[in-house]
This record gives sequence, C-alpha cells and structure tokens, in this order.
Amino acid sequence: MYSKKVIQHFQKPHNQGVIKNPDAIGQVGNPACGDIMKIYLKIKDKTIKDIKFETMGCAAAIAVSSVFTDLIKNKTLTEALKVDNKKIVEELGGLPAQKIHCSMLAIEAFKNAVDNYQGKACSCEKFCKTCNRECAS
Amino acid sequence: MQQEKNKKIYLDHSATTPVDKKVLVTMLPYFSDKFGNPSSVHSFGQEAMTGVDVAREKVAEFLDCSVSEIVFTSGATEADNLAIFGIIKALKRKNPNDKFHIITSSIEHPAVLELFKVLQEQGFEVQFLPVKANGTVDIEDFKQAIKDNTVFVSIMYVNSEVGSIQPIHEIGKWIQKINKLRLKKWQETEPKNRGDKPFAIYFHTDATQAVNFLNCSTKHLHVDLLSLSGHKIYGPKGVGALFVKSDVLIDAIQLGGHHENNRRSGTLNVSGIVGLGEAIKLLDKKTTEKNNKKIDKLRRLLIAGITKNIPNVILNTDLNQSVPSHAHFSFIGAEGEAILISLDLVGVAVSTGSACASSSLQASSVLLAMGINEEVSHSSIRFTLGKNTTETEIKKVITILQPIIKRLRQMSPK
Repeated sequence: MYSKKVIQHFQKPHNQGVIKNPDAIGQVGNPACGDIMKIYLKIKDKTIKDIKFETMGCAAAIAVSSVFTDLIKNKTLTEALKVDNKKIVEELGGLPAQKIHCSMLAIEAFKNAVDNYQGKACSCEKFCKTCNRECAS
Repeated sequence: MQQEKNKKIYLDHSATTPVDKKVLVTMLPYFSDKFGNPSSVHSFGQEAMTGVDVAREKVAEFLDCSVSEIVFTSGATEADNLAIFGIIKALKRKNPNDKFHIITSSIEHPAVLELFKVLQEQGFEVQFLPVKANGTVDIEDFKQAIKDNTVFVSIMYVNSEVGSIQPIHEIGKWIQKINKLRLKKWQETEPKNRGDKPFAIYFHTDATQAVNFLNCSTKHLHVDLLSLSGHKIYGPKGVGALFVKSDVLIDAIQLGGHHENNRRSGTLNVSGIVGLGEAIKLLDKKTTEKNNKKIDKLRRLLIAGITKNIPNVILNTDLNQSVPSHAHFSFIGAEGEAILISLDLVGVAVSTGSACASSSLQASSVLLAMGINEEVSHSSIRFTLGKNTTETEIKKVITILQPIIKRLRQMSPK
C-alpha cells in the first residue's frame, strides 16, 4: 500500500520535534478528522533556518510532514511557498489515492505559519474544506 | 526458538481466518479428481454432487434446519443480498401497491446497510435502530419500532468491529409473537371485513461473525433467514450459505440456471462448499466451548496487559456482551492507522475497524453509533484472536505495543 520511502519517513521522520522560541507557528487539522499538524519555524533574512513539526495522523501524514520539512528547510519563504503537493507525493514515491489529501496537510500548516509570521489572518479554512471541518486552530 | 521469535502474529481473525488443514485435505480431491459438474447426470457429476450433499447436511445440522433450507452462495455478502433483495422482490411482486416498513440496525455490515439505503431510495419506509453504548440493539427500542406495516427485519448476530452480541433470540421470539397476534386478530375479524391475510414479519440475521462462537440453531434464534461465510470459520474464501426457512418465499436475484432449487443460479463451487461443510463440522459444541474459553482467557490477558502498560486507553468491547475474539481499543492521542502500520512493520497484523472500511477516511459508523466521538474513533485498533493464537504471541504484542503508542503520542502536537 505504501512506498518504501513513505515507510522510511514514517519510521524515522526528519525534523520531528519542537523549536523553543520559534519565529512562527502554524497548525491545521482537527482531531475529529484524524489529522493535526503543527509546524515551528526559525526565520532569518526571509529564509527558513530551522523547521520542526508535530503531527498526529496516519503513516502518510507523518511521512508527508517529514519530507515536506526537508524540502523547504533553508529555502526562502517565497521559494518554500511554491512547493506544491505534487512535489511531496513525487518525493515520497507516490501515495495511495485516498491519502493524497494528506499531502495538503503540511502545505497548509506551513501557509498558516507564514500567515502568522506576516500577521495575516488564518488561512487554514481552505485546508479544512477538504474534510468539511472548522479548523481547530 | 529463533523461528518462533521471528514468526508473524496474526490478530485479525475477524477479517479472515486461515483454512484449517483438515478442511484443506477434505477439499483437495474436488479440484482435479472429483471435478465433475454436480448438475451433470453422469458419474462424474454425481460424485461431485455427493460432496455437496454431505456439506449441505453438515451446514443444516449446525443450523438445526433441513437440507432443503440451505442455499449455497459465494459468501455472506451474496447471502445478505439474496436474503434482503430476494424477500423484498417477492413481496413487491405479489403486492405492488403496498407500502412496507422495514427495520435494521445502524451497525450492520455494508452488505446489509447499503441495501437498506437503496430500498429507502426506492420508497420503502426504513428504520435504522440505534445501539447502546456497548454496541447492542436495545430490545425495547426494537419493540417500539415495529409498525403495522413492518414486513422485514435484519439484525446482525455479532458486530464485526467491536464483537457485540445482539439479542437475536429475543428479537426472533418477539417477531413470532407479533406474527401470531396479527394472524389471530385477522382470524377473529368477520370474513367480509377482514380483507387479505396479514403480512408476516420476516427476520434475517447476518451470523458471519457468530458461527465460530455461538449457538446458531435457527429454531432457537427464531430466524427465517441466516447468512454465513466460509472464510471466517477456518474454511475457504468465496463460499457462504443462506438459510431460508421452508415457508419463506424469496425470489432469485442471480438468474440463468436452476441451481439451488431455483434460488441461486450458477455452477456450484464444489470444493468451496465441501470446505465450508468440513469447517462447520469442526465446530461441534464441545470444541467450540473449549476454544471459546481459551480465546477469552487470552483476550483478557491482552486487555490486562495493554491497560496496565499504556495510559489513556479505552476498551470499546463489552466483555459481558461480546464474542471472545474481540478486543477493540482507542489509544487517545495516537492515530489508528499509524498504530496498525507500526505493528505491521514488526510483524503483528491488526485492523483499524472492519477491513471493508479501511480505505475510507470516515470515522467508523459503528463507533459513532455507539456514541464514541470522532477523535476517539480515529484512534482505534481492533484485535481479533483466533483458535490458534498463543499466550506467547499475546505477551509479545503487549510488549511491542507500548513503545509504539508512546512514539506516536510523542510526535503529536501537545
């Protein structure tokens, strides 16, 4: 069902944990949907210097969190915002059809963190449309 | 010892069971040696038919009914389809203008639930009974649900997710009482005023998850129709049976031959049927009692170990009202599928609910019907033990599980 890459990231996720005194935090999802992701950022000169995540979710959600944080680490915010879910799925060697929506989890959590950093309103409403839920954050 | 150490552990017996060696041996001659078509008149055909006849006797004996009341099918799903659509088709054919009320529970297998939804769309009045917190239908709710135009009831014997046993005997008895009352009332009315003979309520149960453990005498249960499956009872996949009481009229759903007394067309799956017969033969009362005791003891060991080792665990199976195989847990703060995959990676097979529902992302409708919230139901794991499960396996699972839950919880946002 899952690719080797997904299982590797699920078993030994990269960038998993918490950043103390982060410059930005983003969170999306809802325990009622079965998935929540929280992302912590250290930002300097508009560049992501450090990133950590905490995820409660299925194996795909955890693998997505791991690979996405790898993909955007050391990128500028503008570059990082261009990383789409296709890229994540590709990096993971594919995801089962019913798990594709998990790849959006990380992207929306990151967008939420950037919005918070830039002082904008929460954008997570958009993500939560995928499971027709009010966002918990 | 090394081999024992690395052996995979299977705790998903509610999804399917391995074919018992005795069953396999009984089946094997029916592939290449006794290969005839049982519908053929020549000796090859008759040899195959003998195998089917023996199996039919075994199934009939187990269900406490006559051989003519057994219809072999491709499995329990087909048996459910034949029972429900077959009854409704016959009723509609004879009474096209009547408005019927039919009852089921909200925790049925999709092979029942989806059919009732289709019938609802077709204009039937359908009632989905709620369940109590332990996953059982309340007999009082059931009694209240019956209306004058109720003609059909389908309630599963054992729920596949949490293992809860439904009060089939009590429901069956009550239906019998209602049927007698309807008839009596009609008989006591003057012939010119009473109209047509009243409809009887027919009662179907999907006993797929019960056969291994419970008394399935159709007379004791007072059922008119009962579905079962081969692969849940250490028999082969692709074979099942439907009991249809002799006085119950069903129309065939699958046409194109005259097999099974015109009730189910299609060349008989001889080796499968022979296997089903042998599997059911192995379920004699004494063996069942022995296995039930053994499995229940191991289940209690598993539950005690898990609840002792892991905090924040909810047991969703009611031990006093369930088959001995099931232990259904919610591990708050860890997602069910992540637990399943983690266990699978170390050789332990479990399920997050029913295997049929595993590709859907929705929280289990069974757990929601039990009043369990979505967050808790997403954290669920179903362990189902079997007759070959060992104490060593259970102890190993208890040890393996604790760090898995801990790791997943540590990764969750606080």
